[in-house]
Amino acid sequence: MATLWNNYRYLILRRATQVGLLVLYFGANAWGWTILMGNLSSSKVLGVIPLSDPYAALQMLAAGAVLAADLLIGVAILTLFYFLIGGRAFCSWVCPVNIITDSANFLRRRLDFDRVQGIKQPASRNIRYWVLALSLIISVVMGVTAFEFLSPISMVHRGIVFGLGFGWAAMLIIFLFDLFVLKNGWCGHICPLGGFYSILGKFSLIRVHHTQENCTLCMKCKVVCPERQVLHMIGKESLPVLMGECTNCARCIEVCDDDALGFSIRNTLKNKKTGE
Amino acid sequence: MSENRPNIKKKRQPVSDRRKFILNMARGAGLAAMGGFIWSAYIDEVTASTLLLRPPGAIKEEDFLKTCIKCGLCVIACPYDTLMLAKPGDNKPLGTPYFIPRDIPCYMCPDIPCVPVCPTGALDEASVTTDGVLDINIAEMGLAVVDADSCIAFWGIQCDACYRACPILGEAITIEYEKNERTGKHAFMKPVVHSEACTGCGLCERACVTEKPAIFVLPRETAMGRAGDYYIKGWDKDDEKRLEDASEIKTTTEISNQSAMDSLNDAGDLY
Ligand code: SF4
Ligand code: SF4
Ligand code: SF4
Ligand code: SF4
Repeated sequence: MATLWNNYRYLILRRATQVGLLVLYFGANAWGWTILMGNLSSSKVLGVIPLSDPYAALQMLAAGAVLAADLLIGVAILTLFYFLIGGRAFCSWVCPVNIITDSANFLRRRLDFDRVQGIKQPASRNIRYWVLALSLIISVVMGVTAFEFLSPISMVHRGIVFGLGFGWAAMLIIFLFDLFVLKNGWCGHICPLGGFYSILGKFSLIRVHHTQENCTLCMKCKVVCPERQVLHMIGKESLPVLMGECTNCARCIEVCDDDALGFSIRNTLKNKKTGE
Repeated sequence: MSENRPNIKKKRQPVSDRRKFILNMARGAGLAAMGGFIWSAYIDEVTASTLLLRPPGAIKEEDFLKTCIKCGLCVIACPYDTLMLAKPGDNKPLGTPYFIPRDIPCYMCPDIPCVPVCPTGALDEASVTTDGVLDINIAEMGLAVVDADSCIAFWGIQCDACYRACPILGEAITIEYEKNERTGKHAFMKPVVHSEACTGCGLCERACVTEKPAIFVLPRETAMGRAGDYYIKGWDKDDEKRLEDASEIKTTTEISNQSAMDSLNDAGDLY
C-alpha cells in the first residue's frame, strides 16, 4: 500500500485536482454552486475572484477586442500563478484533455506501440509554437479569437460542464491520434495552449531536479515522461529540468526508485550550486 | 507536420547545415500558410451563421464574436435556463451563448442577472441601463416579425396569444382592428409589432398557437430595413431638424449641364 502511494501519489493528486475542478464547475452550472463558476476560459471563484485564460485574452487582443477590467484582473492572477509554479502544470494538473492523452499513452505502452514506431518521432515538437503564432495571426486577420473557435480543450471542458454535443468526437479524435498516429501527439506537439504555457513557465520556481550520483540509468523516467527531451541530463549531470515544456506532472519522480529525481525550488538550487 | 524528418535518402551530396536550416524554415512557413488557410476557412464557416439571438445587452455581433470568452457565466446566471452555449454539432459559433425562443424565451428579468456577470463586456451593462438602473425594456435582443399568411388572427380567427404573452403589451404589440369585409359583421384583430418597443424576448413566439410560430424573433439587423438619409418625416419635429444643417450639394452631370428643355428636345447625344 505504501509503495502504491509512493509510486502514484502525484498521479492520484493530479487526477483528484483535474476531476475535482470539473465537479466544481459542473456543480456550478447544474446545482447552483458558487465555489467555481464558468469554465477554463474564464471563471469566478466564490463569485468574486475572476480567473481568465491569458492565451484567450491574447487572442482577443489580437482580434482587436476591448479588454474589460474584470478580464484583465483574471488574466493577471492566472499569469502570475503559472509563472511561479510552472506554466505547463496547467496541462498535467488542470486540463481535462490530459486525462485523455495520458490514457492513450498508457494504452500505447501496454500495447507496445512505442516499440513498433521506434524512439524517433516523425514530427517536431515545435509545431505547437507555429500553431501558437498562427493562431495570433489569424486572430488579427479574421478579427475573432482563432483558437477559441476550435480548441478541443474548451470543447471538452465546456462539454462536460454545459453539455457535450458532438464534443465526444473531439475527445475520440485526440485519443485515437495519440494512440495510433503520434505519441504525445496533441499535448506534446500541436496544442498551442501548451506552447503558450511552456513559454510562460520558462522561469518558474518549481522544478524537477536530477541528482546524477543516485541515477542507475534505468531510464524509467524517460519512458513515462510526456516531454522526454526535457530530461536530457539524466545520468549525465545533476541539473534541474529547466525547459519550459516540462509539465511538472512528477511521473518521473514517482517511477524513479533510486531517489535521483525530486521537486525543488529553483532559487535554493542556485545558491547551493554557487556554494559548492 | 514532419519538417524535422532527416533527409535519409539524399546521400549524394551532404546538404549544408545552413541550407538545411533555410529549407526547413521554408517548409515550416509553407505548412503554416497551408494550415492558416484551412483554419481561416473553418473560422469563416463557423462564424457565418448570423441568425442567432444573443443574450440581452450583447454588443454588435462582429464585436461579440471577438469579445465573448465563452465562459458560460451568463448561462449559469439565467434562472430560466434560457441561454445555451453553442456545442459542436449545433452549427453555430462554438461556445457562444444564444437562445431559442420557441424552446425557452427570455423572461426579461428586471434585474437582468445574465448581464453584470459577463467578465468581458460582451454583454454591455450600459446598453441596458437607463438613469443608472438596469432596464430590461430597452434590450434589443431581436425583433418579432409576424407572418401575416400563417397568423390565424389575419384569417379572421380570434387569437391574441402573442399580444397577451408580451411583457410590454400595448407597446411592443398592439392589436389593430379592421372590418372583415368577407363576413361583413366581424372584425380582424391583427397583431402588429412595433420595433421601437420590442426587445426580442420571444415570449410571443413561445406563446403562438400555430404549428410553426406565425410570430417569430429575428436578429434586428436581419428583421429591419433601412430607409437611408434621403427621406425625412415632415410630420416629425425631431426628424425635420436634420434639415437645419443640411448643405446643398449640386451634382452636375453631362445631361444636367443643359437646361431640361434642351435635353428633352434633342435627346442629347444619345442617337
Ligand atoms: S520531466 Fe518529469 S515532471 Fe516534467 S514532464 Fe517529464 S515526467 Fe513530468
Ligand atoms: S433577462 Fe433573465 S430570462 Fe432573459 S436571458 Fe437574462 S437572465 Fe435569462
Ligand atoms: S458571460 Fe459574457 S463572455 Fe461569458 S459566455 Fe456569456 S457573453 Fe460570453
Ligand atoms: S419579442 Fe414578442 S413578446 Fe417580446 S417584446 Fe417583442 S413583441 Fe413582445
